[in-house]
Formats: sequence, structure tokens, C-alpha cells
Amino acid sequence: MELTRREFLKMAGFASAGVVVAASAGSLLTGCSPVAKSADGSLAGKQLGMLVVPSRCKERCTDCIDACHLNHNVPELKNKKHEIKWIWETEIQHAFPEYMENELLKERMEGVPFLVLCNHCANPACVRVCPTKATYKREDGAVMMDYHRCIGCRFCVAACPYGARSFNFEDPRNALEKDKINRNFPTRTKGVVEKCNFCVERNIYGGELPYCVEACMKKNGKEGSALYFGDFAEEHSEVKSALERLQKEEKLIPLRRKEIAGTQPKVYYMV
Amino acid sequence: MIEKALTGSKKYWLWLGFLATLFGVGAGFYVDQLWHGLGITGMSRDVSWGFYLANFTFFVGVAASGVMLVLPYYLHDQKEFGKITILGEFLAVVACGMCITFVTVDLGRPDRLVNLFLNPTPNSILFFDIVVLSGYLLINIVVGWAVLDAEHKGEKPRKWVKPLILLSIPWAASIHTVTAFIYAGLSAKPFWLTAVMAPRFLATAFAAGPALLIIICLILRKYTDFDPGKVAIKKLSTIVTYATITGFFFLLCEFFTAFYSGGAEHTATLKYLMFGEGGTGLQPYMWAVLFMTAAAIALLVYPKTRYRHDTLALACFLVFFSIWIDKGLLLVIPGFIPNPLHEFTQYWPTGKELAITFGVWGLGFLVLTFLYKIAISVKLASGDREIEH
Repeated sequence: MELTRREFLKMAGFASAGVVVAASAGSLLTGCSPVAKSADGSLAGKQLGMLVVPSRCKERCTDCIDACHLNHNVPELKNKKHEIKWIWETEIQHAFPEYMENELLKERMEGVPFLVLCNHCANPACVRVCPTKATYKREDGAVMMDYHRCIGCRFCVAACPYGARSFNFEDPRNALEKDKINRNFPTRTKGVVEKCNFCVERNIYGGELPYCVEACMKKNGKEGSALYFGDFAEEHSEVKSALERLQKEEKLIPLRRKEIAGTQPKVYYMV
Repeated sequence: MIEKALTGSKKYWLWLGFLATLFGVGAGFYVDQLWHGLGITGMSRDVSWGFYLANFTFFVGVAASGVMLVLPYYLHDQKEFGKITILGEFLAVVACGMCITFVTVDLGRPDRLVNLFLNPTPNSILFFDIVVLSGYLLINIVVGWAVLDAEHKGEKPRKWVKPLILLSIPWAASIHTVTAFIYAGLSAKPFWLTAVMAPRFLATAFAAGPALLIIICLILRKYTDFDPGKVAIKKLSTIVTYATITGFFFLLCEFFTAFYSGGAEHTATLKYLMFGEGGTGLQPYMWAVLFMTAAAIALLVYPKTRYRHDTLALACFLVFFSIWIDKGLLLVIPGFIPNPLHEFTQYWPTGKELAITFGVWGLGFLVLTFLYKIAISVKLASGDREIEH
């Protein structure tokens, strides 16, 4: 299985190299590719990651969440206990509960929306505990879910220090509107776990960005975006230059959620 | 030997009928769960493991406790246990079977259970747990059956049985250790992240399992011609006493580390359980467990109440019931409360969930009754001949 998947991904890589021409239109829009391609078309990224700039989040704007959930066929369930969430909005005391007793910080950050999602950890606890390798880490750092292999034991849900994983307690297809289903992305069955996949089904090596980042940049422009995506291992990647700019010009410092868990999360909060 | 399970008194058949009904009702609701998904339970995105896995954890302990008869008999030559080691072994078989059933019932996609073996993943503790549990089940059914069959034929057990028995002793410790590691290896769950988890699991297992065995022995004494022997029961009660105290001691150690250090993460769940900070759903159970355990220890430590069979039975019931509540409601479930985002979502099993859980109990005790009926019939027929191993 492992080999076939790699072969498949390589093939996908070649295919994406083939559509470079088409994708260059997208590159013109965003400047450059968020993730560089390698010559042989394999996954050249080493550590995909994201930057979140909470202070730039517009009040009552849910564009990133809507774009993600719509395109990934994430249902809106009536029963909140069965909720499926890939990316959602919360406050600092929930995103960073270790700071919940810091009244000064809480006061300072009151009302600032914190977007939370899978952290695509470099040392993911979910991958370690999965008994079937249904959740695994790609070479480029994206932590993936195989919906066809997952047995629904929910060990990964328990192991995730970020509450990023959702389990399908009911059939999600019942809650999806037929005409709104994205036919290019699988719907899930009841009984499997799911989460953010950094949009690796998109042509992220050919200039496309994850839906959430794309939606935010569309609204706020690239300079004012609250979300950036790219390869942290590459020197001149978009995410790296955004990181430098935010640190130098806006004097923001990068924080990560639950450092103490030892999972090496790859979503940084510029605060 | 199997035919011996097929004859019995009216009471025997009534008891079997009761268990079969429990199983049938549970199986019916399980079909409902297969159809509608795990949404029919009280579990949620935040509390994603519930009563099924809690019962699984408890019965791993019951399974492991069979060793508390095997070890003294085979390693310390405590002959009094000779008559009842088979009860411990068959209890282990049934408890292991129940554990595997609970894990299966808890799966979102039980149709893919074989993926555990098609894609073996040694870094997953759950994979290891299924391996050691299946192994322990196999060892005990083979050993138990071989020894009983030999007794039935009036022979000595085959030579290959002894090494298997010796293997079963460390194996028993391993099943509960590995089960504790499922919980104690997650940095995401401060309530579970404690090195004392495995020792505490073993201590409470060696209390709850033998307590159940004492109750079974007392029932057998009363309702059958089989007498497990007063000395055996007395020795078992000593084991229960020490194990209960040790388990309680480990619990108090948890309290000390959490409350004295005052670490916010480590006290959050304990404050929820004990003082109802964030919800009071489980608070009465926490205090009930503390009082029941204290009462049981008092009954067990005082010699007069330990020797008297009625007070001993009460103490054993308190031990078994409080540990079941402790592992069932107060260990697995509050690990998820508060959730990683420090939100408090309450959990309570639904009626269907309880019906399925007790359906598994029904199935387990049905098989246990069959096995015990066979074992006791053989023992009575062979006139309790002492077999030298």
C-alpha cells in the first residue's frame, strides 16, 4: 500500500508538472508558487505550514471557514455534539488555554478571533497512535487521513492536543445539500475521522493556495491577509517572507499552541 | 465435556434465559447503532470515548486478575487454590472476550476491523493491546481446557501445559500495563499522563478480579455442591485487602501531585470531578467511590468482618462496584473533560448505549456460566481428586 501511494503521489506530481502552463495564470495572481516544485515532480516541500495573524481577522467574517467547509463537503449538523469542524473560530483562552489564567493577556486579546485548525505537526501524536496507518504524514509534512482505511477507533481524536479532529457520529451525506456537493472531493461515511488536509488535493505545487488562505487573500489582499501558507523549509517561500515581514515591520512574535505537548505544530500565531 | 453444560436445574436455565435476554436486547440495539452510527450513544466530538471503552478497560483488569490464583498456586505451592485456578482461568477467557467485543462495538467502522492485522502498526498501543489480549485469551482457554480435560479423564495434564501456565503470569501483567499505556501515553490528556497509571490499573485489577471471584465462590458454595474451600476464600480475601489498599494509595498519590503542585492543567479534571467545577454530572460518583472504597477497606482490614462471609461478600461487592464506577465513569470519560480547548462538554451514556453495554455483559456471563458449569461438573464427578502438576 505504502509504495502504491507514493507512486500515486509521484504520478500526481507529474500530472501537476504537466499543467504548469495552466497554473501559471494562478501564479501571476499570487506572485509565486507557495511551494516550490522539484525537477522530477515529487513532493519537494519539506515542512508545509501556516501563519495566522489573529489581529487581521475581520469581525464576523467567516470566508475562510465557509470556503473550506463548502469545498471539502463538511456538513453542517444540527446536533452540536456531532459537529464536524476543519477550521473554526475561537478565543485566546480556548486556542491557548495555558494562558487562560493570564488576565492581562485575556483582557488585551478580548474579542480577537483565533482561527484554529489541524497543526500538521512535525511530530504528530495522531500518527503515532493510529493502529492502521489510516492517518499518516506525507514527505512534505502534511498530516493526512485515509478515509478508506480508518476503522473509527478515535485513538487519534484522543491523542490530538488541539481538538482538531472530528468523528462522523452520523452519516454526513444526509446533511449535505445535493447541488452543493463538490464532486471533486470525497464525501465521508459515518464512522470515520476527518480533519484539515492543508488542501493537498489542490495544485499547491502549481500556484494554488489552500481554500482558507485563498479566501482571506481575496478579501484582504495579500499584504493584509490573516493567513499565509507555504513551505517553512524553503528559504524564499511566501510563508517565510511573510513571517520575516511580520516580525520586523509589525513586531509580532510567532506562538504555537500547546508547545508542551511536544508535537512541533506547524501553524504559527503571529501575536 | 461440553455436554455437561446442557443439563441443569430450573434455576440454571432461568439464569441462562436472563443472560440470553440481556444479550438479545443489546444485540438488537447494536443493529440500530450499525445502521445509524455511534451518534446513538452519548459520545460527542469532545468526549469521544465513553462507556464502551470504560468497560473494556475495567474488564482487562478482571482478565488480568486470573493470575492472582495461578501465581500463588504454581509458583508458591498454595495448594488451596488448586480447586479454583480453573475459575480464574475461565474468568480471564471470558473477560478477554468481552474486552475484544467492547473494542469492536466501539468502532465506527467495525467492518474494517481486519485492518488492524492487515496494516499492523507497532507504534500504536491499541494494536499491541489487541495482540496481547488475543494472546491471553488463547493461552487461558488452552490451559484451562487442557487441565480440566486431564482431570475429567483422571490423568495428569500434558507436559506442555506447565510452560504455558508460567507464560500466562507475566502475560497477565502485560495486558493491563499495555491498556494503561493507551491512556498514559498521550501528552494531550494531562489527567491520564501519569506514570502511576499502569501500577494503579494493576492494583485495582487485583482487587476487583479476586473480589468477583470471592463472590462467585460464595455463590457456588451456596447454590451448588461444589465447595471452593474456606481457606482459599480466606487467602483470596487477603489479596483483595492488600490490592484495594494499594489501589487507594495510588489514587491518593494522584491527588497529592495534582493539588499540591497546583498545576492548572493537572488539577482541572480533578476539580471537575471532586468540586463540580465545569459541571456536576460525575461529582456524586467520585465521592461515592471514595466512600465505598473507604468502607470496603474498613470491612476488609478488621479481621472479624473479613472472616464472616456475609460482611466479606459486602466488602467484595463494594470493591468490585466502586472500581467499576471508578474505571467506568471516572477515568476514561473525564480524561476528555475539559477538552483540549478548555471547554466543558458533559457526557452521560444513552439508554441504547447502556443496553448494548449490558448486552456484552450478558454474552460474557452466559459463556462464563457454561464454562463454570462444565468445570464444576467435572470437578464433582472426579470427586475433587488432588492432581499433582
